[in-house]
Amino acid sequence: MGNRLIYLYHSRHSANQMKNFQVAIIGGGVIGSAIAWELSKYAVDVVVFEKGSDVASGASKANSGVIHSGINSVPSSLKARFCVKGNQMFQSLANELDFQVHWIGKYVIAKNEDEVKELERLREVGMKNKVPGLEIINEASVKAKEPNVACYAALWVPAAGIVEPYEFTIILAENAADNNVRFLLETKVIDLKKQKDCFIIKTNRGDFQAQFIVNAAGLNCREIVLMLEEPDFYVYPCRGEYLVLDKSYRSLIKSMIYPVPEKDIDVLGIHVTPTVEGNILLGPSADFIDDPDDKRTTKETMKLLFNEAKKIIPMLPNKAVINAFAGIRCKLASKKEGGWTDYRIEESKTTSGLINLLGIESPGLTAAPAIAKEVMQMVSQHIDLKCKKIFKPRKKGKRFSELSEREQAMLIKKDERWGRIVCRCEHVTEMEVIQALSNPLGAKTISSVKYRCRAGMGRCQGGFCTQHIIKIMENQFGMNINDIKMQSPDSNLFYGRTRDI
Amino acid sequence: MVERGISKMSNLEVDVAVIGGGPAGLSAAISAKEHGAKQVVVIDRNSWFGGILPQCIHDGFGVEEMGISMTGPEYAESYIKIAKKKDVHLMHETMVLQFNNKKEITAVNREGLHKIKASAIVLAMGCREKTRWNAMIPGDRPSGIYTAGVAQALINLYNIMVGKNVVVLGSGDVGLIMARRLKFEGANVLGVLEILPYASGLPRNIVQCLDDYGIPLFLNHTITYIKGKERLESVIIAQVDEKMNNIPGTEKEIKCDTLLLSLGLIPENELSKNVGIEIDEITGGPVVNQFFETSLRGVFACGNCLQVYDTVDILSIDAKNAGQHAAEHAVSQKKKIHGYNKVTKIIPTKGIKYVIPQMVIKPGRVHFTLRVKKPGEASTLHIVNKDKEIFKKKLQCVTPANMVEFDVNISADIITSSENLEVELDG
Repeated sequence: MGNRLIYLYHSRHSANQMKNFQVAIIGGGVIGSAIAWELSKYAVDVVVFEKGSDVASGASKANSGVIHSGINSVPSSLKARFCVKGNQMFQSLANELDFQVHWIGKYVIAKNEDEVKELERLREVGMKNKVPGLEIINEASVKAKEPNVACYAALWVPAAGIVEPYEFTIILAENAADNNVRFLLETKVIDLKKQKDCFIIKTNRGDFQAQFIVNAAGLNCREIVLMLEEPDFYVYPCRGEYLVLDKSYRSLIKSMIYPVPEKDIDVLGIHVTPTVEGNILLGPSADFIDDPDDKRTTKETMKLLFNEAKKIIPMLPNKAVINAFAGIRCKLASKKEGGWTDYRIEESKTTSGLINLLGIESPGLTAAPAIAKEVMQMVSQHIDLKCKKIFKPRKKGKRFSELSEREQAMLIKKDERWGRIVCRCEHVTEMEVIQALSNPLGAKTISSVKYRCRAGMGRCQGGFCTQHIIKIMENQFGMNINDIKMQSPDSNLFYGRTRDI
Repeated sequence: MVERGISKMSNLEVDVAVIGGGPAGLSAAISAKEHGAKQVVVIDRNSWFGGILPQCIHDGFGVEEMGISMTGPEYAESYIKIAKKKDVHLMHETMVLQFNNKKEITAVNREGLHKIKASAIVLAMGCREKTRWNAMIPGDRPSGIYTAGVAQALINLYNIMVGKNVVVLGSGDVGLIMARRLKFEGANVLGVLEILPYASGLPRNIVQCLDDYGIPLFLNHTITYIKGKERLESVIIAQVDEKMNNIPGTEKEIKCDTLLLSLGLIPENELSKNVGIEIDEITGGPVVNQFFETSLRGVFACGNCLQVYDTVDILSIDAKNAGQHAAEHAVSQKKKIHGYNKVTKIIPTKGIKYVIPQMVIKPGRVHFTLRVKKPGEASTLHIVNKDKEIFKKKLQCVTPANMVEFDVNISADIITSSENLEVELDG
């Protein structure tokens, strides 16, 4: 598919235009995509290299989806600054880009008098960071709002919200692509060379040139730096596993429920979080690992997560769990050092034109839009950024299952493909699958369909829709079945035909 | 196989609406026609009728019911022909979004939205397969993991090869049949693992699908871990003790690119649950009386959405009865054939997993189906009402894989007493 992408690209642009960019962003996670979107408002040639088969292939898709308030970030740190600023930007972004953000608030719960001191400390941090509405409340007040939660007291944080993190990332990237940012998927940066006034970027899909490099490679940020200079830091991957509860248990909680943060290591602790789609997440755990790609789930942690969540919601039923996944935090401090360092958002002192974004872990999703603004400022010091005359707003998507019967009937009248349900669990239509596969990034995996229209995300986990989606990929997008992948470049699904007809 | 559904229909009134056009739905619809229902519609979300049958290209269908062995597509075709001949209205590629307690169905297809008002509804939505996450198998999340039924559809309907080196987890019938099917297609089938000390599929399938092809069956084994960052690379298997805990030291890594899961089936009852129909926690299907009627009057259930059947033959016979009762309800709605004044509950006790029907509301001959909890030697089935045995049946040897069927005469006294009937197994 990657080859085809390049080919398509060639057909529209001359080789020169294609290979030379002003800004090259490495990494199509939420940070890279937010920067791409921010820069897409200006007349500047931007390319994004993503080694996965779609954007949001790493930590950006595997996290709690929380828009943090800023109560957990050390005052005057970059984490605090970008978290609070990002938080304030989310509602207007949601309005502009048409995604859902639910300001459901969060309770940090204390289990005893001792932990109340911790709540007071968090409130103080929050107040220093100018987080509004913080309030310590007693058990009865918590119970009145969250009858299933067991606690002694709680800190109420109204400024915390939730989004679907993969949806947010995809929307940013797609709108950026609509505004001429080039996204090259399945394109891995192999080497970087600094020449006098540009970088030579060697990838598995050929060489490119750019004046600026934005290193938004997440867990691989050190590898990228190493291609140009000796890094002064290490990355300590820290895995977080999650459990997902069936939607039928959505009424267990209304807000996010967090324990007080862990003492010895800088993580927020195993919490219970509703998702925008109506599931509930339990997690994440925190295990420092060697391999940044090791996204396994383990039996021990599954048990641990369930038991910890049960301390928060004692009536949590066993059979509620329908899925498990893991994401990896990009930490710049080891377990021994406590795991805390601040973000590093800076232009390299030794390699001019290299903008490094290092250690962007939680609250990275919240901070992404603010970090993107910052990077835009940094770029504008070298390149005169002029606003584009025409910026295409995001075309708003429609979800069949969320429309009224009248609207549904009207859509079917317009195009009969709105009337064919392909995913029985989530009631996704053929038209929505086709729209998902027509995305401007050129992402065409089973997962890229799933994350765009929810086909395959329900109870049967693709049992019914996989065959129909494959048919659509073959018949309407001319894909060869051997090129159909689940979610990454080598995750093929099939081994040809059983026989030639 | 089937013409496009009728066009421009947006409102329809019928005697009987059947949701699901698999073997149960077709059987119920034909029977409803035969028993006086004038307008019968079958609604199916696929572009074909027959449900799962068109992908079941092996034979053995119809043996118990008609005395001849057919393939799945043949068996389905025979029912579709009758349905068409009897003027059953078949709506394909039509998804029922919901129905309400007035028995008004909202469905959608390429022609638009449809409102179908039915005097009686027959639920025949079938079942879905359990996934990796129903068993919570830890490890990586690579491609190459298929439920057995999805693999069967891909190979038999779409001519797509799913794997080369295959491990099958679960010895349910679909898993056994797919082990053989993949062997036919040249795959290396490394073995079938079963966590229980006995196979879940029919004994004849163990012989015909595994033994005859030298595919090993590992009882008391499960998969403890899945490896592979992109495509599946290997699975870790381990032996389990009688409490199904892994026995340390028995772990083995098996290199493979494909894992088929045959972990069991879950009746599909999202529509039933939405409208508040009572569900039996054990069967996963609606609670029904002897007329296959659910807790919502005029709504009947049959097929695998009621309980997961062993064979399509027995399923079709039960579905016919459900269709008959639905027709009778629709035709003589106002006559009140049976009321709910007295209900006798059927309670599974010692050794019994579940019994269907779960309640009896009228005296007469009642057909029961049940499953036992564990395999055993010869034993006796007892039905007891107020400490008095009303029925006894000797069983040769029992296994959860084989459904037990029997008829019992229920007297008017039992119904009027409103005392439970307890079903138990001894021996």
